[in-house]
Amino acid sequence: MITLAKAQLWVHDQEEARRFYTEKVGMEVHMDVTLPEMGDFRWLTVGPPGQDDVSIVLMLIPGPPVMDSQTADQVRDLMGKGFAGTIFLATDDCQASYKELSARGVEFVEKPEERPYGIDSAFRDPSGNHIRLTQVKDFG
Amino acid sequence: MASVPPARHLLRARDLADARYFEKVTVADMARVAGLSRAHFSQEFRRAFGDSPHAYLLTRRLERAAALLRTTDRTVADICVDVGLASIGSFTTSFARMYGKSPTAYRAAFPPASTYARIPGCVLRAYARPQHRTFREDGVKPCD
Repeated sequence: MITLAKAQLWVHDQEEARRFYTEKVGMEVHMDVTLPEMGDFRWLTVGPPGQDDVSIVLMLIPGPPVMDSQTADQVRDLMGKGFAGTIFLATDDCQASYKELSARGVEFVEKPEERPYGIDSAFRDPSGNHIRLTQVKDFG
Repeated sequence: MASVPPARHLLRARDLADARYFEKVTVADMARVAGLSRAHFSQEFRRAFGDSPHAYLLTRRLERAAALLRTTDRTVADICVDVGLASIGSFTTSFARMYGKSPTAYRAAFPPASTYARIPGCVLRAYARPQHRTFREDGVKPCD
């Protein structure tokens, strides 16, 4: 059986990303490990409370030798433009989640709106990643 | 700590166009959100996203208008206002230039709204935005 365990987002600053996803979005840190023997590589994962088996990996855009600097610049540029990745989050009450996150300082780029498939909204993380927050309609 | 990539500021401007196209948002508003002078902003926006901010804003509005034509029974005049455009004449002209037919003919050519029902709105918005064609009103003025 194959299950989904983690999905990765590039971030430009892991500490800022950690604060955003925990303090503003309300997620928990699943793993935060720094490895000095690997050039202080930091494995940072977060996820929603109560969903321990699925994480978002908040990955710092590396430099050489992992990634040549030209490629790193391209990834940074793509991330800043919002084209580097999207996470689709689900909620059982989009309006309530919108109010809760807004009160904590999350800036929504799309306020909750009725769609044929549910109530949908969106915000961006500090790096520009596109995060959707959807109350999916139960089609039975 | 790493600094925010420059493109992130341009994305704020594009997000403004996507979020508030139905208001009287202008290129000057977009430049302000990006924190750049208008001329510099237009140049940088085009470099980042391939369209001038004027063209992006207009195609976003036309894409929304097309969506409303496909999925609602609102009148063409109402839809023009709904997407933040003031002149129905220039709306019809721009729409016909972009989609190759008038708003009314466009509406008649499409299947019922239910066809699109389960595809996320963000996907429809991104993929249905028309490819920009050179407009008389675009590209001539360096600030636009």
